Amino acid sequence: MTMNDPRAGEARSRDPMLAIRQLRKVYDGSGRTVEAIRDVTFSLDEGELVCIVGPSGAGKTTLLRCIAGLLEPTSGEVMLAGKPIAGPSPGMAVVFQEYGRSLFPWMRVRQNVELPLKEKGKSPEERRRLVDESLEAVGLRDAREAYPWQLSGGMQQRVAIARAIAYEPKVLLMDEPFASVDAQTRAELEDLVRAIWVRLGVTIVFVTHDIDESVYLGERVVVLSASPTTVMQDVPIDLGSVRSQLETRADPRFGQLRGQIYALIKDAKHQV
Amino acid sequence: MAPTKTPLKTVTRSAKFRGLVGFLAFLAVWEILPVAGVLPARYFPPFHEVLAAMALNLASPIFWQSVLYTTEAWFLGLTIAFVAAALVGLILGSIPILWRYTESTIEFLRPIPSVALIPLAVLMFGIDVKSALLLIVYAAFWQILIQILYGVKDVDPVALDTARVYGLGRWSRIRYVSWPTALPYAITGFRLGASVALVLAVTAELVIGNPGIGHQVALAQSAMALPEMYSLVITAGIMGVLVNILARFIERKALGWHQSTRSGA
Repeated sequence: MTMNDPRAGEARSRDPMLAIRQLRKVYDGSGRTVEAIRDVTFSLDEGELVCIVGPSGAGKTTLLRCIAGLLEPTSGEVMLAGKPIAGPSPGMAVVFQEYGRSLFPWMRVRQNVELPLKEKGKSPEERRRLVDESLEAVGLRDAREAYPWQLSGGMQQRVAIARAIAYEPKVLLMDEPFASVDAQTRAELEDLVRAIWVRLGVTIVFVTHDIDESVYLGERVVVLSASPTTVMQDVPIDLGSVRSQLETRADPRFGQLRGQIYALIKDAKHQV
Repeated sequence: MAPTKTPLKTVTRSAKFRGLVGFLAFLAVWEILPVAGVLPARYFPPFHEVLAAMALNLASPIFWQSVLYTTEAWFLGLTIAFVAAALVGLILGSIPILWRYTESTIEFLRPIPSVALIPLAVLMFGIDVKSALLLIVYAAFWQILIQILYGVKDVDPVALDTARVYGLGRWSRIRYVSWPTALPYAITGFRLGASVALVLAVTAELVIGNPGIGHQVALAQSAMALPEMYSLVITAGIMGVLVNILARFIERKALGWHQSTRSGA
């Protein structure tokens, strides 16, 4: 089993952790049908970190909502560890872009992280441990008793990440999570995602419109076309497993990959 | 903290001071006009006579008993209305199909003035606090229900998505998302409902005759004891002010996290 090339996921010798097969989504509203996603197929093996990047309006959020089970695809399927999903699954957690609206302002940081665990039926000791560990992992141990709105944007998104990892998902979905924080915070949060990924070995799907971010974070980058969305290319990122904001971004290979994806997205835009 | 807060406090203090001066001026005008013959003293006794009547009230067991009756009817009616409106509001707000079937009926029932139900109340319950409760509950219920329905509709779709992603079932979504979102609205409804409930409590006592401040006003009127009557009217006014203060206090306590009340951010 362990002999498998990680990229031979499609070979079906072992089920991939997450598989999206021929997913299509058509919005059907008041006499007008809009084909948002035409045909998207890709998969992730256990422990992979894959970025999804595409031009604006590429149906990235639609795709992520379909994967999360929040939206029913018109056809095709989403498989989590070999089982098709219908609706939100306890095996997946989502970090939304709008952290300010995704965290509940009437609950303290600790309560926000703890609520999903309560729903899962974890014991109080187990919940306490998971909350402490996950807040520790995002560097917010001291903010337990604060309300989310007392924290900066970057810290709020850290809370949302803590909530996601405390949930112990098989797959972590991130929907342009850093699109509305400043550049410095963004770099810190990117490194946090890498650190968590290395430490917990969780499978991560990271959706972004930022090409640099996708190359910096991903082990692979799936490039989407403009809507109606298809997969343009699945680009492996051979930048090694240790990334640093200074060195990785200065690496000539980083520039090449960035250029390659940039060109693809430029093509995607012209196809519209 | 302290330097930023000081000017604010000075502003409110001087505002309070001006309010007090204005109110004293109002009382002075009230005192002077009947004495000067501008207002007929028969219907408008000067303020000092009303003040004397109020002082007498303080020593009267009947007065305090009446205040208690009115407060009881108000409190009971408001509580029933609030609990009923919260339950109905959360259910209707969470199940859109139910709301579509009931909206027209609610819009029809809501504008019916509660006082129009006085004959029905008397038929059903006679001269009893239950008659008053029927009016109070009817009037306050709609005020609160409408607010809660607005509140439940205000639920953030991202918050709801988050709740679904993290496995919160329907009941948990109501408890942890819909209800906290609707709470500020519910409290506004509570404040509006509290005022209306007091109006209806006094109205019922005046018209139906169940014991309470309103009933005492009617008795004073029929005895032509006008200073006494005014003292009771003012008492009802003071109760209204207290109700509002109480509602605002509850608002602050319940909504510490909310934008309108939060201080830390």
